[in-house]
Amino acid sequence: MKAGCVSTEPSPPLWLLAELTYACPLQCPYCSNPVDFAHFGPELDTQEWLSVLREARALGAVQLGFSGGEPLLRPDLEVLIAEAHRLGYYTNLITSGLRLDAARVERLREAGLDHIQLSFQASARELNDRMAGTASFEQKKAAARLVKAAGYPMVLCFVLYRDNIDCVPQMLALAEELGADYVELANTQYHGWALLNRERLMPSAEQVKTAERATNQYRAQSDGRMKVYYVVPDYHDGRPKACVNGWGSTFLTVTADGKALPCHSARDLPGLSFPDVRRQPLREIWYDSPLFNRFRGFDWMKEPCRSCPERERDFGGCRCQAYLLTGDAANADPACSQSPLHAAVRNAVAGAGESVSSQTLIFRNRRNSLTDAKPEPAPRKAQTWTP
Amino acid sequence: MSTVVDAAKVALAPGYRLQWEPAQQAHVLLYPEGMVSLNESAAEVLKRCDGRSLLALIEDLQQQYPDADLEADVREFMEVARDEGWLRVD
Ligand code: SF4
Ligand code: SF4
Repeated sequence: MKAGCVSTEPSPPLWLLAELTYACPLQCPYCSNPVDFAHFGPELDTQEWLSVLREARALGAVQLGFSGGEPLLRPDLEVLIAEAHRLGYYTNLITSGLRLDAARVERLREAGLDHIQLSFQASARELNDRMAGTASFEQKKAAARLVKAAGYPMVLCFVLYRDNIDCVPQMLALAEELGADYVELANTQYHGWALLNRERLMPSAEQVKTAERATNQYRAQSDGRMKVYYVVPDYHDGRPKACVNGWGSTFLTVTADGKALPCHSARDLPGLSFPDVRRQPLREIWYDSPLFNRFRGFDWMKEPCRSCPERERDFGGCRCQAYLLTGDAANADPACSQSPLHAAVRNAVAGAGESVSSQTLIFRNRRNSLTDAKPEPAPRKAQTWTP
Repeated sequence: MSTVVDAAKVALAPGYRLQWEPAQQAHVLLYPEGMVSLNESAAEVLKRCDGRSLLALIEDLQQQYPDADLEADVREFMEVARDEGWLRVD
């Protein structure tokens, strides 16, 4: 890069999300993995992941999440963690906790893992196991105790959806019982499998309010030792999320089959080609690829975002949600109340939880991935506005 | 919240790590799924949070920067850092 061009140079990636595998022993219907994962090519091997880690670190990435699917299913996980640790990353493992025994925790710790985030599907065994599609509740509790015993800060994550959102107090009680340091209560983001199951998963506005109240009540009454993060549902809020802190500004996801993405849902978007880390250096992908430049900055925006003062804060929201709900990824995220297509979101919210949905949950597994088509963007008839 | 007393031993909270990042030209504080970029003075204080007492920490800083009037700022920063969860104060 020539001197003088420096000021327009995009910022370096700071976070690397390594989706090590799409294999998972669980089948959560709210999973944000791509619906068609079973059609993807072979997983990156150990050497390929090691080069990804080195290249991303050289670019500036310092926070590293190992996720999936279930990253514990990769037998080379410890090798990758050890190298990441040597390179100076802060390493986070995002796991469902299945098959995590004391010996494995010890190996992870020895490799230099900094932190483990464990997810539960619900606060009670019956619902947890039904949503996970497999008996896993007791194993998760055991895993949580092992994590704690190994001296890790313990982060528990609950994804919130219609059938569990009324149980926020019970979730917090379970977290306290397990000695959690942080609890993340994350309202479902409707990507991937979650979008397929949206009608069955979305809570009513009343439920969302109650959950928020319960969270605030806990915060007011507790001694503050256990920190609670509540991830607000953008559908209900009328406010779009600052998705990935701006496209191509901070986050870099590398998928199990070696695609580099600005956001882990970017594959939902049509007409884009996804750079392959096996074929191209990460530096070139981050700075020069059409994909990473597609929604960088503000020039791509249309109205109302283009002239909106909020754009510096929310970057027009989520590109994938804009595409899936309005048919055009360059539109304002319709979660925004200023979007002319916000009605689509309002309708989904208004319908939510009112009547018992006839939709049956589609579980995230290979069989369903092979048969279920990629989610299509909203049918034109759902739109009340023509450009 | 309460003040941090002189004799209190201050250290980074478990799971927190401080390091220099060339790409950001800054010290950063890393923790589970998060990071903050620090300005120089915050980094100078946090570097010294290694289990020594607050008083020892202030003395050390004062020695390093004899011309600065830093005590009040450091005390205030320690409270903020503790309330943010960055520090363990015993
Ligand atoms: S959300 Fe559930 S199914 Fe998806 S990767 Fe996580 S544990 Fe597996
Ligand atoms: S109009 Fe666009 S930039 Fe403005 S608040 Fe809505 S999504 Fe954000």
